[in-house]
Amino acid sequence: MAVGKEIRNQIKSIKNTQKITRAMEMVAASKMRKAQKRMEASRPYAQKMRAVISHLAHAHPEYRHPYLLERENVKRVGYIVISSDRGLCGGLNTNLLKLVVTEARQWKDKGVEVKLCTIGQKGTSFLSRFGFDIAAQQTQIGDQPGVADLIGTVKVMLDAYDQGEIDRLFVVSNEFVNTMTQKPVAEQLLPIQSAEPEEELKHHWDYIYEPEAKEVLDMLMVRYIESLVYQGVVENIACEQAARMVAMKSASDNAGNLISDLQLVYNKARQAAITQEISEIVSGAAAVG
Amino acid sequence: MAMTFHVDIVSAEEEIYSGKAEMLFAPAVMGEVGVLAHHTPLLTSLKPGEVRVKTPEGEEHFIYVSGGMLEIQPHVVTVLADTAIRAADLDEAAALEAKERAEKALAERKADIDYALAEAELAEAIAQLQAIQRLKQARRH
Repeated sequence: MAVGKEIRNQIKSIKNTQKITRAMEMVAASKMRKAQKRMEASRPYAQKMRAVISHLAHAHPEYRHPYLLERENVKRVGYIVISSDRGLCGGLNTNLLKLVVTEARQWKDKGVEVKLCTIGQKGTSFLSRFGFDIAAQQTQIGDQPGVADLIGTVKVMLDAYDQGEIDRLFVVSNEFVNTMTQKPVAEQLLPIQSAEPEEELKHHWDYIYEPEAKEVLDMLMVRYIESLVYQGVVENIACEQAARMVAMKSASDNAGNLISDLQLVYNKARQAAITQEISEIVSGAAAVG
Repeated sequence: MAMTFHVDIVSAEEEIYSGKAEMLFAPAVMGEVGVLAHHTPLLTSLKPGEVRVKTPEGEEHFIYVSGGMLEIQPHVVTVLADTAIRAADLDEAAALEAKERAEKALAERKADIDYALAEAELAEAIAQLQAIQRLKQARRH
């Protein structure tokens, strides 16, 4: 039947799109679960690190690591921006980058320069187009990043901190609240704030250090910062997948609505054509008879 | 029965081992260390190598670490394992790479702009062609 060929084609193409979005939704759901598991697996390391660092703060009140000292004069700040590599995940990256831009503007109003380092394609292309000073970047980290992928970018920022090029370091990433909600947050990495003494120790004791206390401590601090950035990256991946899942679900739902509307229009047109044909036949027969 | 202590071996990516141990060997930078319960507090860095854990049941676990930290307290021993081989010059190389990528991205941004410009010019040219065609058709009628 020739009726509504265009409508039928349109329905078919929407159905194809719906198939894709539905598949993407399911892939994102399974990837999200895996990312959440990785997120949990990365926690014990940072917790242990924090415990050791707070022990150290107790045991060594006279030696303060530069990462623990607050700097009086803040002239430049550094941001590590963690975004996703791929799009189609709703407003996830937009919200995050909006936060970065507002924060940067606030610093600039105070006369403080901002230096960036980006992880993830979306943030890199957006922020470089906006004319920010990007010191280092890392993209295409995939769904299962390793700490090894981040060493370089983190080191650039830590070196800048050591050399006094930046006086504070923040990390910006999405926080996984739940599947429906992801919140962009900026957290301060340096100077480390969370090294407050946890409980009062009964007696004074110290570690034996091998080789030197300073060396061991330096190493520990670098590892600690890296693990925090890694956690941010893993959490951001979980957020990305969750956001994509929700976005694709609503896309599939919208496609379903479109299809049912079009189907209604198509059925009406078909019924009208049949009615017309019958009335033509009837009136033709009446004219002959 | 011998005294035991708790061992945690964690890396930034996952928890590798957690359990009771009778003795633990680890490749510290100054030489391999063997740890029994009630060891004095010690903090040291590790070389790439093997951590051996002897459980009270007499089993022995071998875990490869590519460096990291060893934290010893009388009843708890923690190995903070690295997931990659680390060395100052390797880290430096990684940092340089990250910087280069940033510079490249900036260079590519220019390419992006060229592309956008070319696209705009193309769109203009197409619009002009269409206008000319429409004029021709109008004249024919």
